[in-house]
Amino acid sequence: MAGEIWCLAEQWKGSLSDATFEALALGRELSDALQVQLQAVLLGHAQRAMADKVFGVDRVLYVDNPAFAAPSPEQSAAALATLVSERKPRAVLITLTNTTWEIGALLAAKLRITYANCCKDVRVENGQLMARCVLYGGKMEVDVGSAQECVVFGLLAGVRPAMLRAETDVTVEEVAVAVPEVSCRFKGYREAEAGDIDITKQDVLVCVGRGIQTKDNIELAEKLAETFGGAVCGTRPVIDQGWLPLSRQVGRSGCIVKPKLYVAVGVSGAPEHVEGMKGSGLIVAINTDTTAPIFHVAHYGIAADAVEILPAITEVMANRKAKACATPH
Amino acid sequence: MAATGSISTSTPHCEITLENLLSFPEGRRLLSCVQCGTCVATCPYGDVSQYPPRRIIQMLRTGFLDKVLDSDSVLNCVACYACEAKCPRGLSLTSVFLPLIKEQVLSRLPEIPPEFQRALENTLRYGNPMGESPRRRAAWIKTTPVPIRILGDDPRPTDVLWHVECYLSFHPRGQDTARATAKVLHVLGVDFAILGKEEECAGECGRLSWESGLYDELMEHNLAVFKKYKFNTVVTSCPHAYDAFRSRYSARGFDYPLQMMAPYLAGVLPKLKPLLTRKLDRRVTFHDSCCMGRHNKLYDEPRALLSAIPGVTIVEMMHSRDNTLCCGGGGGGMWLDTYYKTKGYERLSERRVKEALATGADVLAVTCPYEVSRFEDALKVLGFDKRVIVRDVIELLAEGVGD
Amino acid sequence: MKTIVLFRMVPDIVEELEVASDGKSLDREYLRLMLADADNHALEQALIIKERHGGTITVLGEDEPGMEETLFSALCKGADRAIKLNSSPQAGTHARAHWISKGIRETPDLLPADLIITGAQAIDDLDGLLAPMLAQFLDLPFLGTITRLDVNPATGAGTALREFAGGVRGEYEIKVPVVIGVQAAEKPPRYVPVAKLRTIMKSRRLEAVQISDGPWIFPVSEIRSMMKPQETTQAEMLAGSPDEVAAKLAGALLAHGLM
Repeated sequence: MAGEIWCLAEQWKGSLSDATFEALALGRELSDALQVQLQAVLLGHAQRAMADKVFGVDRVLYVDNPAFAAPSPEQSAAALATLVSERKPRAVLITLTNTTWEIGALLAAKLRITYANCCKDVRVENGQLMARCVLYGGKMEVDVGSAQECVVFGLLAGVRPAMLRAETDVTVEEVAVAVPEVSCRFKGYREAEAGDIDITKQDVLVCVGRGIQTKDNIELAEKLAETFGGAVCGTRPVIDQGWLPLSRQVGRSGCIVKPKLYVAVGVSGAPEHVEGMKGSGLIVAINTDTTAPIFHVAHYGIAADAVEILPAITEVMANRKAKACATPH
Repeated sequence: MAATGSISTSTPHCEITLENLLSFPEGRRLLSCVQCGTCVATCPYGDVSQYPPRRIIQMLRTGFLDKVLDSDSVLNCVACYACEAKCPRGLSLTSVFLPLIKEQVLSRLPEIPPEFQRALENTLRYGNPMGESPRRRAAWIKTTPVPIRILGDDPRPTDVLWHVECYLSFHPRGQDTARATAKVLHVLGVDFAILGKEEECAGECGRLSWESGLYDELMEHNLAVFKKYKFNTVVTSCPHAYDAFRSRYSARGFDYPLQMMAPYLAGVLPKLKPLLTRKLDRRVTFHDSCCMGRHNKLYDEPRALLSAIPGVTIVEMMHSRDNTLCCGGGGGGMWLDTYYKTKGYERLSERRVKEALATGADVLAVTCPYEVSRFEDALKVLGFDKRVIVRDVIELLAEGVGD
Repeated sequence: MKTIVLFRMVPDIVEELEVASDGKSLDREYLRLMLADADNHALEQALIIKERHGGTITVLGEDEPGMEETLFSALCKGADRAIKLNSSPQAGTHARAHWISKGIRETPDLLPADLIITGAQAIDDLDGLLAPMLAQFLDLPFLGTITRLDVNPATGAGTALREFAGGVRGEYEIKVPVVIGVQAAEKPPRYVPVAKLRTIMKSRRLEAVQISDGPWIFPVSEIRSMMKPQETTQAEMLAGSPDEVAAKLAGALLAHGLM
């Protein structure tokens, strides 16, 4: 068989990532449109049970190797290259997360095939696979087509809503693939130091501005940040008050941050601050002043008092998170 | 004898270096420093600086200047001209000496405060410290009903070449002042035009005294642009740009009549006053800026403008005129706030707004583009942003003109 | 420690980007190029290593607008050699990686090198990534997304910190020769005073290396069209009671893949 849509199942610290199921949702659309199978490739070590959880695919190709006990882009690409050469899928979908984002390029160079980076969408048009890719820091988008037999796609987060992890039977094929030794070897993880958070590395930031009014209210923001696994940061006036340490300052005088989600609470949106966060993926602004400039930068706005709205949002988010975790996978 | 109102040197500043310092009268005068320490006492950060002006001169005279050049002490200098204004020997400290020290320090610093570095790199690349696209420098003119001519599009001669400057062009609060200025010029019937995207930062003495190479780049560009057009006088909204044109540009061929906006308008007050029909009912205190005020001695002109607005009462702060307290924005200070914070210094703008609050005024009036955002920020931090608002003098004039 | 740093010029996105009349490329009229940000960090990391252990740094870039000044700037900062390569005849990162690998091989006295460093990514990476593809074409080991790097010149072994999500980093051991994709240097890239740059431009020369075109042995993806993304200039306001607003927000975040 050949011509399938493949998806590299991404795992992080022992579980399949949400990004995997986003990619699978897209993969299913493409495989249905082309009337071919959707298959996932899972690279792991002593993780056969995880292969059973890659729901929604027609087949999981599971490769077990000690190399895959920790992220190893070179070895992952080598294993994938062997599989792709042997089995000739139509497309390989790879999520662009810090763990896997280089694999697509390595694979494309190894096999001399095409790679489309930063895809926010992939679709079938006249039997061909077309990608909509984001370039130049989001300032331009391009439609890229390839008539090639096999194309690798690097998918941005949120390309589709994650496929629901519905319990179904999964066909798993264990595949033996030779994995080369490499000189770049994983030694261990270094967690972010407690009390010394680098806000530029956070995926979610909740920023407090003067509108938070008191130091005590910052706790409300902290609770919200916690539900997202993110961190609290602040604008200059808040740092100047001493309510947050200097390391949490966002703006021209502080850090330039680009988290996936930026919640600005009581932030007016002065240019000096916006400069520090305008590259954020999704910006939500909460401010009682509807004329605050932040609403020109934000994607979503809430004209409300932080003290009233933050607890409500935190509760809803916490509930959803609890539900998501409760779903077995 | 303190230095007089005009630029106190006869030598073009760009000619003087640390090597040839002593072959110029301004340089030789440094040797006559009596070590009185007035400069230290009057320096806003004098008490926290390892090498205030007095000590730098002493290190120079005793052959230990390298110690100064290897230290970051001169990062504290906000180019406020207090030392130069008060020096009993009339030494050209702020205008000549300290920039030479700063330049050497900048090239020796192992790490430059990141915000400051970004400002320098942005200025080189985009002609403004904010890092905004130069092509958008005149985008603000779409937000005012006043017709504004851009010389690049319409190169006919003009009476006034209005040098708008970076903050007025790009910063939202600066654009408020720009719109107000356009309105006032318009109701006065002034024939004016702007350079738009051809204009680059003038390279004011304060920030770019650290970077003479960058200063030269900007100067070359701006001088070439001025040469393209015909105009009777340059009026700039930026006191720092005024100083740059007077001190360095003059040596390279800038000999056009030149004024700052507030003094220019004060000069046409007989024509302007009848147009100020709206009563403002404001208690205003005026902040003398370092460049317009202390350095160029233009204290009365902005006050004359304020007095002309009906309903405006002027109250003076404790430190006014040549005693004014710097907002902290000059000398690169605009981009060194975080650096000063890490050193634990009091922010100068906060010191100043406390004085404004003490006058009971409800408006703090300013004439320098840095001051609006600095003072508004300080008031916000101190929690008094509802009690006192900050307005450029021209903004108040525009309000006084009514509709 | 012999280090090669690769430079790329990319569109400066401070300016407005426009689509050219062909509908599938950038309008060049007002386009300005600048050094890829991560490449600037790559040079900074190389300089840090040189300051620690000595050695030499060679910077190499294609002959693009602005590249000459960038190469001179690298010499100012402490690079030893600067090489200007004739430009790849084909656009794209995949082609560039292949071309630069040829350039590295054909530049006299360049290989063997210990470290080959470039930025982990650039904003014009449409059909590939430079660092991993370069490693592939040079047949060398690769490690990317690096925020910390050090090598012991005596043993050729070293450690690198690789970034993962949420502030977590992974420690890797490496052995030279290796291709490294730098995400961020240990310190911000240093400043070059303009006067110093002007002096160096008068006193030093760049080396020029010409390599010949060769048969392209990999396929190229085709840009069918280029367009600006849809702009939103005002936030979509969510209204209602706190609970209603919270629910709406949750829905929006879910739609954006952030839950």
